[in-house]
Amino acid sequence: MKRIISVLLENQSGSLSRVVGLFSQRGYNIDSLTVAPTEDATLSRLTLTTRGDDVITQQLTKQLNKLVDVVKVLDLTEGAHIERELMLLKVRASGAMREEVKRCVDIFRAQIIDVGPTTYVVQVTGKSDKLDAFIEALGDTTILEVVRSGVSGIVRGEKSMKL
Amino acid sequence: MELLSGGEILIRALHDAGVKHLWGYPGGAALHIYDALFRQDDVKHILMRHEQAAVHAADAYARATGEVGAALVTSGPGATNAITGIATAYMDSIPIVVVSGQVPQEKIGEDAFQETDMIGISRPVVKHSFLVKDPADIAETIAKAFYIAGSGRPGPVVVDLPKDVTDPNNKMPYRFPAKVKIRSYQPTTRGHSGQIRRAVKLLTSAKRPVIYAGGGVVLGDASEQLIKLAKMLNFPVTNTLMGLGGFPGTDKQFLGMLGMHGTFEANTAMHHADVILAIGARFDDRVTNTPDKFCPSAKIIHIDVDPSSISKTVQVDIPIVGPCDVVMNDMIDLLGDQLDKLDRAAIDDWWLQIEGWRERYGLYTRPRYEPSDGQLIKPQDAVKALYKVTEGNAYITSDVGQHQMFAAQYYLFDKPRQWFNSGGLGTMGYGLPAAMGVQMALPNAQVACVTGEGSIQMCIQELSACTQHELPVKIIILNNQALGMVKQWQDMQYGSRYSHVLYEDSLPDFVKLAEAYGHIGLKIDHLDELESGLEECFSYKDRVVIVDISVDQTEHVYPMLIAPGSMRDMWLNKTERT
Repeated sequence: MKRIISVLLENQSGSLSRVVGLFSQRGYNIDSLTVAPTEDATLSRLTLTTRGDDVITQQLTKQLNKLVDVVKVLDLTEGAHIERELMLLKVRASGAMREEVKRCVDIFRAQIIDVGPTTYVVQVTGKSDKLDAFIEALGDTTILEVVRSGVSGIVRGEKSMKL
Repeated sequence: MELLSGGEILIRALHDAGVKHLWGYPGGAALHIYDALFRQDDVKHILMRHEQAAVHAADAYARATGEVGAALVTSGPGATNAITGIATAYMDSIPIVVVSGQVPQEKIGEDAFQETDMIGISRPVVKHSFLVKDPADIAETIAKAFYIAGSGRPGPVVVDLPKDVTDPNNKMPYRFPAKVKIRSYQPTTRGHSGQIRRAVKLLTSAKRPVIYAGGGVVLGDASEQLIKLAKMLNFPVTNTLMGLGGFPGTDKQFLGMLGMHGTFEANTAMHHADVILAIGARFDDRVTNTPDKFCPSAKIIHIDVDPSSISKTVQVDIPIVGPCDVVMNDMIDLLGDQLDKLDRAAIDDWWLQIEGWRERYGLYTRPRYEPSDGQLIKPQDAVKALYKVTEGNAYITSDVGQHQMFAAQYYLFDKPRQWFNSGGLGTMGYGLPAAMGVQMALPNAQVACVTGEGSIQMCIQELSACTQHELPVKIIILNNQALGMVKQWQDMQYGSRYSHVLYEDSLPDFVKLAEAYGHIGLKIDHLDELESGLEECFSYKDRVVIVDISVDQTEHVYPMLIAPGSMRDMWLNKTERT
């Protein structure tokens, strides 16, 4: 089962390598990972997606908590949450395909953010499966480049992950 | 105000953190630090002959005293040599701080001379690590390092110091923080009261209970509580390899060690138990045999200060996160007025059954190995003789292999912090430097390293450091002229094809070797010399003595769990199995 784990981390050199190292050391998979400072410059917020059953996920969150630089760990998939991923695609857009790509972009509520003589850069946000679906929907369009941000997530409602 | 350089700040901070002995080896990147060491008397530096040994000695010093051990090494090869020692401490949860020199910050990343990424290379085997970039941060970092190493589940902490940070020309005021607070690190100090109540209820309902106590009891100074709890309940107790001494080895409630080479009665009792109280133990693969066949009818209570140790390999029913001593104190208080609920009759029956197992195959009722022919020395007999000669009072360190298991089985440890070995990592070479660490901590104690002719050669250079620092340890070599444990597996699983476990007459003369280092060497070849030889060894109070004992090469360690089975599946000797 896919899990989204949120981690509040001391924003220090070497902190990220401890988290990443833990995954390889303990044989866990990372499907995606995003990290950036928060409004409090001393903290980073890290979101990672992984797969595993309850036993593995529990062990994983315990191991993350054990890292001295980790302030808080939350398995977002345990409750109501919102997840988003950003994707940038550079696609071939010439001739008839120019209109075809535009239609597809509209259907997915994506945006064309750069226009070249024979290319578009498209920005899509949403859950990861929407991003997958967009790539599928492009069909015969030539995809030149795909950049995905990895999943970011947040808990719905009153609860928040703070110090 | 007095101004100090980074190097001076480091030494002052180590002193303020409680360091009396610092085990180390100098080098280029540590020169400023060594100069600061030279100009003071508070911290005593012990020059070893290899950084691995320096860290092992600091580790054993910590195990012996309960304090945080300290080691100092230089960058590059100094740092990489220290890694085996750090990993050893990590696997056994031993509190040490290792300070490593590093190339100056402006050279980091340039593949400078003796540069290695110590923070990176040590990361998987440390509890935490620090790279200090500013001399003003040294004192606080040292305070944090000692706090982290010694609190919660203890472990090694590395502090990497670039050479410019210890520059003697850059001076500043010194202040050691009185208290350390780290917002992201708050170890649990009490067990959950609801869980403790549930645990006590389960304990009082037990009919076939076993207390399974590990190294956490020793490290957490919870031996007193364990004894009290076990006596109140009249429950049988087994110790892990790391837990030996946590419960008195000669107590009648003690079943011996459990696990791969545990006793028949301990392993069998575990298998048939209905309630297991695990305390400061981690259900590792050398204990459980096959996890899904582990103790099929038991409800398990697990007390551990590290939540990640709970339900890691075996799912438990009642987890209690907290220090072993505090949690057991709470249990003892709660049990006080509930002892009448205990099913004493059922527990008496359980003891009868256990006594039956003891009688049938127990290690201590009668010898379970072929007796000696009167000439050839059995390694088990050598350990028994050592026990007799030292009256069970020696501090025993060991290396890794058959001798380690024989020492664990036949030297009955009555006190915690009396037995020192690399249980988790299984590091050959641990024994001699560990004995030095223990001897430094306990100058008047009898300290003996039970080792093999294989293991002793992995850190034998420290015989020289023993001379320099007057550490009169006794080295008892059970010499079977083979890497015995590997050979045993080759006997059992590889048709006795002895692939690279024999020395082919290449072993040194250990007596002459001892003499070359200025020590005393004794050789024991016959059974009738065994006790007198060991007595002679311990009569040299102020000398290092190597006793080279020729033992039967064909001997195997039994019992031995059979994989993939449960804990009751054991080889009892070369021909009999359960």
